[in-house]
Amino acid sequence: MTDSFTIRVDGRVIEARQGQTIMEATEQAGIYIPRLCDHPDLRAHGSCRICTVLANGRSVAACTQPVERDMEVKNRHPRVEAWRRQLIAMLFVEGNHFCPCCEKSGNCELQALGYLHGMTATQHPHLFPRRAVDGSHPDILLEHNRCVLCGRCVRASRDVDGKQVFQFAGRGLNRHITVNTEAQLDHPGLDLKDKAVSVCPVGAILKKHKHYGVPVGERKFDHDPIGSDVESHDQDKVT
Amino acid sequence: MPHTKKPRVATVSLAGCFGCHMSLLDLDERFLQLSDIVEFGRSPINDLRRFNERCRVGLIEGGCCNEENVQTLVEFRESCDLLIAVGECAIMGGIPAMRNTLPLADCLEEAYLDGRSVYNPSGRIPDDPELPLLLDRVYCAHDVVKIDYHLPGCPPQADTIWQALVAVLSDNPVNLPYELVKYD
Amino acid sequence: MDLPLRERIESVCRQYDRRRDRLMDMAIDIQAAERCISPEAQDALARELGMEVVDVQSLVTFYAFLTESPTGRVVVRLCDDIPDFLAGLDAVAEALSSELGLEFGQTSPDGQITLERTPCIGMSDQCPAALVNEVVVTNLTPESARAMARGLLRHGDPHRLVEHTGDGRNSHELIRAMVQNNLRERGPVLFGGPVTGRGLEAALRKPSAEVRAQVRASNLRGRGGAGFPTGQKWDFAAKAEGTRRTVICNADEGEPGTFKDRVLLTELPELMFEGMTIAAYAIGADEGILYLRGEYTYLRPFLEHVLGLRRRSGLLGRNILGHSGFDFDIRIQMGAGAYVCGEESALISSCEGLRGDPKTRPPYPAQSGYLGRPTVVNNVETLCAAARILEHGADWFAAIGEPQSTGTKLLSVSGHCERPGVYEVPNGLTLSDLLERVGAKQVQAVQVGGFSGHLIPPREFGRRISNTDLLTGGAVLVLGEGVDLIAMGVRVLEFFVEESCGFCTPCRAGNVLLLERMKRVAAGHGEEADYTYLAELSEAIKGTSRCGFGQTSPNVVLDLLRHFRPVLEKSIGIDPGNGTREAFDLGAALRDAERISGRRSTHHLAERTEHREAAPRKEVKIDGQTRQDTPKEGER
Repeated sequence: MTDSFTIRVDGRVIEARQGQTIMEATEQAGIYIPRLCDHPDLRAHGSCRICTVLANGRSVAACTQPVERDMEVKNRHPRVEAWRRQLIAMLFVEGNHFCPCCEKSGNCELQALGYLHGMTATQHPHLFPRRAVDGSHPDILLEHNRCVLCGRCVRASRDVDGKQVFQFAGRGLNRHITVNTEAQLDHPGLDLKDKAVSVCPVGAILKKHKHYGVPVGERKFDHDPIGSDVESHDQDKVT
Repeated sequence: MPHTKKPRVATVSLAGCFGCHMSLLDLDERFLQLSDIVEFGRSPINDLRRFNERCRVGLIEGGCCNEENVQTLVEFRESCDLLIAVGECAIMGGIPAMRNTLPLADCLEEAYLDGRSVYNPSGRIPDDPELPLLLDRVYCAHDVVKIDYHLPGCPPQADTIWQALVAVLSDNPVNLPYELVKYD
Repeated sequence: MDLPLRERIESVCRQYDRRRDRLMDMAIDIQAAERCISPEAQDALARELGMEVVDVQSLVTFYAFLTESPTGRVVVRLCDDIPDFLAGLDAVAEALSSELGLEFGQTSPDGQITLERTPCIGMSDQCPAALVNEVVVTNLTPESARAMARGLLRHGDPHRLVEHTGDGRNSHELIRAMVQNNLRERGPVLFGGPVTGRGLEAALRKPSAEVRAQVRASNLRGRGGAGFPTGQKWDFAAKAEGTRRTVICNADEGEPGTFKDRVLLTELPELMFEGMTIAAYAIGADEGILYLRGEYTYLRPFLEHVLGLRRRSGLLGRNILGHSGFDFDIRIQMGAGAYVCGEESALISSCEGLRGDPKTRPPYPAQSGYLGRPTVVNNVETLCAAARILEHGADWFAAIGEPQSTGTKLLSVSGHCERPGVYEVPNGLTLSDLLERVGAKQVQAVQVGGFSGHLIPPREFGRRISNTDLLTGGAVLVLGEGVDLIAMGVRVLEFFVEESCGFCTPCRAGNVLLLERMKRVAAGHGEEADYTYLAELSEAIKGTSRCGFGQTSPNVVLDLLRHFRPVLEKSIGIDPGNGTREAFDLGAALRDAERISGRRSTHHLAERTEHREAAPRKEVKIDGQTRQDTPKEGER
């Protein structure tokens, strides 16, 4: 095929196709690039920047950057990993992430990224912003304190559910998710089965009445680091 | 100091719930092993309330919510070679720091005057001179003093505390395996 | 007369054919008429346009000049850029505030006047300056500020504040602004001669590919600050797939300390429009947009007038200059107070009626820009230069300046110098030559390229204004010896925190953290470790940010660390010696509790920090005039 070529990721040669992003090509090859805003079922957003890699020496977001023939990608590179630690810490301190009492704990992707990077404390001071909790929907809780502004809910609602329940408002540190009603979350459109409800990587959009359903020790990231699923599905092709 | 002397370990619970100390007790039979290799200095474990000797390690549970916590933490810093922040409260303030999004006055009014479940016939916010004054917000341990290691968890698992203590007492860096880096 | 809100909004929407991509224009019109875009207005807008109200809210909450609750009939926006501070902003602010009886951020109870601060309004050479609605007032003194405030309280008419008009076309009846051009040096390219229109005539005599080839041959590079080769950009757009193409002139000029485009817009708009028309011909565009920053609203009637004249002369519209099939017209898109919209993809978002979030690249605007069409976005100065190149030839242009940096550069000079203003200089001029020309002495540093540019120390004044050395949009801020550079760094970061769109993590949160730590350092509580922290954080923000905003916002911190380390080191606090953090202030942390309980801490540590508190503390002032503040008795 003329539109397929190879790229190198941390020295490993993998197949890639014209039109793929770095994220797609590495995913296929069983290489995990840490990410938060990116989701396989949604259009790429490029906002969390955790998937930053060096591509031919330039820093780019793997989720939005198209592959090029013979591209040299550095993923597990000390500089890149230091940046990622900074970004993860920034996300922790800009919101109010009280893991010990969060229902999402153990299944939270932000937390899992902290675990993956061996983070024990953030180098940044916590900002403790004052944010709202919206419990108006009978089945769904919107906890702005834990929102990381990844926009997965915005994209899922708009592009998958065809509803546009969520949108970004404000700018800078005041940027936040806003809900498509006069005031509260009980928008007729939002349904428990919506993609927008299930894609939240953190405990910002939660299904009510579920509580702490899975015991400690059996949760998603208790034993297996985030990305293990990607890395395991193609072990035999490792060259 | 003769080198045969056991290193001393001090512990304290500041604005914490003693859960991290419970985790320390969770060492079970290893606790006996621990008491073979260390001596406890100032600690609720032996009810020793003052530093009578310099300690090798201080384990700090909890952040600082009042002036007394700050005083204690500074004493620990002055009296210990190494300080280890143990648990989420010491590391980032933890649950007590939930009040950090609100002004202190609002918190006190809600807690003692306006809260729905408040029964307080005096109608006053407690202000006995014996009560240490609250800080404007809860500060984590490294906001106040320099901290050498952080052990995450709420509480950190007994294994976490064990591995960290063994490492620092044998002058090795603390490297926690994946399963011990947990924030809950 | 008093139509219901719904109908008033409907009539605004009708003016723009209910096109969703014109939401910016509608929002700006509604803001002007209603003094806000209330939730009810947003709802009405959404219904009228058949869109979701969250999308309207998303736009309204993005731009500084759009508000959800009513402003006063007159909004006074005092510019708080660094040159304003250097020229006595604090006293002016105090005078305005006391005379109006308003704090900054407040609206008078009768709804007449709102007092606000605003970032650079493009008047750094005649500051302190303010916007009063769209009217610009310059060279403010405490006295003139008081007189202005009294006038506004009496008659409420901003236009009556203009008692005399500035030079050149500032006195044109459609501008009538007190703004001065301060055009200090005319170079051979832009201000070298009259605007003849021969550039466009010459272009239309050639095939479009040849026009592009000529611009390529001239080696013209973008004058907005990025320095991308203009001919190459035009080629990309011309060759990209698409049925319609767009030319956008970036007149957002938001980089603090930059005002040279304002002078071009005032004096040479014909040349700029000619450049846009040439670009349109070169790439095959039929639509042009002049994106004019909200701060330059006062120039709009004049620019519309110039566009009208050009339409009547056959320079815009169908079959331009009789060239069959070349149809092109230009509309003006107003901005509404968002620095990030100077970034070309954010600017395109704004033109499309969206919040000004930059877009994901690739695709680049030249491939897929405005409404998905191949789009060229060029700076005002670039387009003016392009028109001259077509008029005089590529060789003529390439002979000016340096081989790798052809032509002239327009500089906006402000700060500590005798002759602030606009200079058209050949590329390759050294900073020391420039400082001589502008009359700057005892210079501590020069900030080249605005807040996103670089702070240059005296030992590097031999560096050149050039694409290969100091690549700049043209802002040159001279900082004399008295300036407190750390306080300046704090102000720069405050600006970036206010202006970040918040789309990506590093820029949204990282800049806030940089600011927090720099404030700590500025207050004299720095620790040695803070410098490593600042450097690592800066590198992370630069390395991971999604657009040029975050890729440059930490520059000031890195430059301070690199070139002004001794200045920073003076701000390291005294190590308390007992392992307590220098920045922790128990006395301050107890203040609330002492007030609530009515008793003082008897704590010896609190006393220790109280001593520190009682010692004269340095007030952070950019002009370096430290104010010694001792807490009043009983205040603590």
